[in-house]
Amino acid sequence: MRIKLTVNGEEREAEAADHESLLTVLRESLSLAGSKNACEQGECGSCSVLMDGDLVCACLVLGAAAAGRNVQTVESLSDGEQLHPVQRAFVEAGAVQCGFCTPGLIVATYALLKRNPEPSDQEVREALSGNICRCTGYGKILEAVDRASGAMYRR
Amino acid sequence: MSVHISRDVDDALDNLASRKDATVLAGGTDLLVEINFGRLRPAHIVAIDRVDELKDFSRNGHVRMGALVTYTRMLENDAGSVALQEAARPIGSPQIRNAATIGGNLGTASPAGDTLPVLAALEATVVLRSKKGERRVPFADFITGPKKSVRRPDELIVAAEWDDAGPAQTFMKVGTRNAMVIAVAGLALVVDRRRRRVGVGLGSCGPTIIRATEAERFAAGLLEEAGWDRTHRPSEAAAKEFGRLAAGAAKPIDDVRGTAAYRRHVLAVMGARALARVAAIP
Amino acid sequence: MSTAAPRVRIRGGVGESVERPDSAPKVKGEFQYGSDLRREGMLYGATVRSPHPHARILGIDTATAKKMSGVKAVITSAELPTRALFGLMKPDQPVLASGKVRYVGEPVAIVAAETAEEARLAARAISVRYEALAPITDPVAALQPDALKLHQKGNVIEDVLVEHGDPDATADVVVEAEYELGMQDQAALGPEAGLAIPRQDGGVDLHIATQWLHEDLRQIAPCLGLPESKVHLVLAGVGGAFGAREDVTLQIHTCLLALATKRPVRMTYGREESFYGHVHRHPAKLWYSHGAKKDGELVFVRATIVLDGGAYASSSPAVVANAACFGAGPYRVPNARIHAVGAYTNNPPTGAMRGFGAVQSCFAYESQMDRLAAALNIDPVELRERNALRNGDPIITNQPVEGSAPVADVIRRCADVAMPPGEIPHDPIALPGGLGNLTHGEGVRRGVGYAAGMKNVCYSHGFDDFSTARVRLARDARGPIAHVHTAAAEVGQGIVTVCAQIARTELGIERVEVDRPDTTIGSSGSSSASRQTWMTGGAVLAACREVKAELLARAQKLGRSPDELGALLDEPIDRTVTHRHRDTEARDATTQNQGHVAFLFAAHRAVVDVDVDTGLVKVVQIATAQDVGKAINPVAVVGQIEGGIAQGLGLAVMEEVQLRDGLVRNASFMDYLLPTTLDMPPVVTELIEHPHPDGPYGAKGVGEPPTISSTPAIVAAIRAATGKELNRVPVRPDDIVFGTPYRSGWRIGPGDDPRRAVRA
Repeated sequence: MRIKLTVNGEEREAEAADHESLLTVLRESLSLAGSKNACEQGECGSCSVLMDGDLVCACLVLGAAAAGRNVQTVESLSDGEQLHPVQRAFVEAGAVQCGFCTPGLIVATYALLKRNPEPSDQEVREALSGNICRCTGYGKILEAVDRASGAMYRR
Repeated sequence: MSVHISRDVDDALDNLASRKDATVLAGGTDLLVEINFGRLRPAHIVAIDRVDELKDFSRNGHVRMGALVTYTRMLENDAGSVALQEAARPIGSPQIRNAATIGGNLGTASPAGDTLPVLAALEATVVLRSKKGERRVPFADFITGPKKSVRRPDELIVAAEWDDAGPAQTFMKVGTRNAMVIAVAGLALVVDRRRRRVGVGLGSCGPTIIRATEAERFAAGLLEEAGWDRTHRPSEAAAKEFGRLAAGAAKPIDDVRGTAAYRRHVLAVMGARALARVAAIP
Repeated sequence: MSTAAPRVRIRGGVGESVERPDSAPKVKGEFQYGSDLRREGMLYGATVRSPHPHARILGIDTATAKKMSGVKAVITSAELPTRALFGLMKPDQPVLASGKVRYVGEPVAIVAAETAEEARLAARAISVRYEALAPITDPVAALQPDALKLHQKGNVIEDVLVEHGDPDATADVVVEAEYELGMQDQAALGPEAGLAIPRQDGGVDLHIATQWLHEDLRQIAPCLGLPESKVHLVLAGVGGAFGAREDVTLQIHTCLLALATKRPVRMTYGREESFYGHVHRHPAKLWYSHGAKKDGELVFVRATIVLDGGAYASSSPAVVANAACFGAGPYRVPNARIHAVGAYTNNPPTGAMRGFGAVQSCFAYESQMDRLAAALNIDPVELRERNALRNGDPIITNQPVEGSAPVADVIRRCADVAMPPGEIPHDPIALPGGLGNLTHGEGVRRGVGYAAGMKNVCYSHGFDDFSTARVRLARDARGPIAHVHTAAAEVGQGIVTVCAQIARTELGIERVEVDRPDTTIGSSGSSSASRQTWMTGGAVLAACREVKAELLARAQKLGRSPDELGALLDEPIDRTVTHRHRDTEARDATTQNQGHVAFLFAAHRAVVDVDVDTGLVKVVQIATAQDVGKAINPVAVVGQIEGGIAQGLGLAVMEEVQLRDGLVRNASFMDYLLPTTLDMPPVVTELIEHPHPDGPYGAKGVGEPPTISSTPAIVAAIRAATGKELNRVPVRPDDIVFGTPYRSGWRIGPGDDPRRAVRA
């Protein structure tokens, strides 16, 4: 069915087959492939997006039922070549290896820092515990979150 | 397959009444997995996630939690129960907790549903509504088997209700990872000092959620002796006996997440620890 | 190779922590992985897989599927263009099963349709009639003389014997035990994916997420019935690999469907299918005996190692060889007999995963070293230091460790890392069980464990190992620019950064672009065996030096300084170089020869908190020292080390593909658990840089050692906390609370031939 929703600030119309998740709609119908499909069951966080401001797994949202929602994906964060401070921090900290988990982690970090600008190490770990990274062992990711928090709030 | 987005309860009930094969979609965190893996293609979906009247929460001696209260809301605001809050924290991931709801946990009725042992221990009531009216089902009668409940296809779970049991309660969960893990075993203990009642609910250790009634009686006896309105430290032997009785109520199996023997063992450990922890809370 | 200093100090060169060139597109979500590829008119592929571990195919009915909406092609073994088999080291695997299926998940038919859902439905509508056969799922049983033969030549994939000194030597103190490792999954987050586009000339272009383009090409072309010249491969974005992309999975299928439909076809596995679609780490059963003098000096090691290769060979021969060659660890062992055998079974095929072979034996020999330390009443670190290989000492294959062998240094530096705060925390989130709220300190004991490990870098045993690099130095409006082109697969490890850094340092310019890898250039070999920095880094270095030589010649001819690049680049300079490491020898009967290029060493110390009542574990800290030769990009080196340790931690306490009668019981991330941020502790890393004379700038390799000895270090720490034997990984809560050790059910003397085993 055809649905209308707001994606990254724009009114969009998309084709959503009945069984398709919001993730599939974003990736296939709206050509926003930044949100990644790695587990299809909300166990890895690679498809994290904001829906009406809440961090959710796009793979667990039924596309057809997302009509009228306001969705924000990783693609919304940078402004052309200008990276968002969270993105900049991931690049600088060496938090990116294969990068498949990266968009989801960027969105999750963005959501965390909006809510809690200077989280403790334990708070960061809990907030990102739904985002699996298989490459980095998380050390550089935690460093990136700290850098981003510094760049955004501790000046 | 068709999808209908409801904005109010009456509309949802109309839809459920007109389509006997309808599936209710709340947070989607269970249903979408089945759909994504190609195991399920519901004929008709009624999405209720935007029905605001199901998001209400009230607490004034009695707690009423609307079916669409998410785990994140329980953690950030009030869950009407300490144990429920503790149960909400390890459910899935932050992403899951933002979407998943108490009503969804009830609707799925999985023996591994983390809030369910708490609702069992609280002796909660499940409020169901259809076009024919509302009925209130004690939690003990709600679940009839693995992923089976008394909810009729035309009914909507609208709320869970329970008496505010005070702060002496806890929930524990064992999983083989420190976050984002399906429970290998879960235990909720509620000591309602005012009503002089003990509730013990067990999860992931039988075909349904289990009430450990012998353990409840044993703990009630201890509290009777020590004084319901006083904190105390149960002896190690008493705590162990409580754990043993809790574990004895379980009907665990060996599965991919753990063995029956381990589940029994760890329920006894959780029981003993839970009693010591809760008895110390006024 | 000399380590000449660059003429000009430039930014982004060797030794600096340099940002990855692909990190900006990756953080923006713009980087195109295999599963992101699309083409106008593209079809979607799907695979029909065997539900049986062992069965005869009686018939396949595709009539219904062919008539279904959107279906454009259905292919079974009957429609294949050739009968060619494929396989990484032995061609033993059919493109689609014919006659028999040998594991659950074996591809039987493929479908292409207009949408992914139509392809899925059509695949489901294909009806295959099977006659189930008894499966063999115990690799020791498969090796016995009376076992049913799963392949024509029998069930032995590879048999490696290492005999060194007096293999039957005796010692003052002897410790003996058996061990087991479960099946680990690489669990790369990016699922298998490829896009095949038919070409006008009857050939095909394949965009594929792989570790080794040219090896894929070598296996794909004959199965399509095409010459290699008609098959062109381009590297798609790779979402992690860790060995799982060394084998062909959907490559041939995607090409076949594209050729049959004359339309572009994309295949992408979902997570469940990915578990069936790629090889896993070999489960292993090991029987070990260590002998030492009273003062702790090792006298002998004898071991029998059985590796479960599953239904097809994949890289089993190399895995078996590694398990045997490194089966005594980084120690001086004058006498040894290691007998390692890989067996065919009806379990899912196993192959490459980070540290292969070395991971399996390290868990056993490091557990043995602790057992020996206890028997001798010697500190475990001291015992390891006392026996550590020194430069010039031979390993048990009689090959001296030369060039760089800082083993004692690695062990000592790791042990000397400051311990974490000694107090056990009170916040349940920082304790075993994490968010499960199980303990506020009750039952929690702390333990510390050590382990060291070793592995070869690059390919061994006479394999013609080479890498090709093309460097083109030119001038454009903004000045000089270099392009580096290789076929080396960037899988996340950072070879793309290393190549650029080397070119910058060598050519003295900052503008370096690394082109997309494809098969228009010669092979770079695989992104595996910790080899790309050594091999492709070496090739880029050599090509740059040829470019520099030409610059120098031009400068001399024109009477100018070689630094005046602008004036010397009227014509670009373009050099392609094939780089080889020194020759290695093929294995002989007792594996006593120069089989390897060089060796990598690492040590790990784990500090864990264990809730001894629930059997749950929280790793508190990992300290590591690793010998890297030279850190070309330190931030990336540390990233590889931390990531490798996370995989070692997974194998230690949670990761296992659980099998029952050949069936995978947990083919999802819900039940195949990977470490989260709350499982992975802080890692303290000491980089040891003893340059190796043969590696570029002295660099060795980095990727594998972190995964090798981290696992036994964590298990040693759990043993220290619990006093339990724990001779199997992953350690399950049951193992801790009940303490029942693993028993194989077979009586095999360490070092004996496992083909003559007796049931215990």
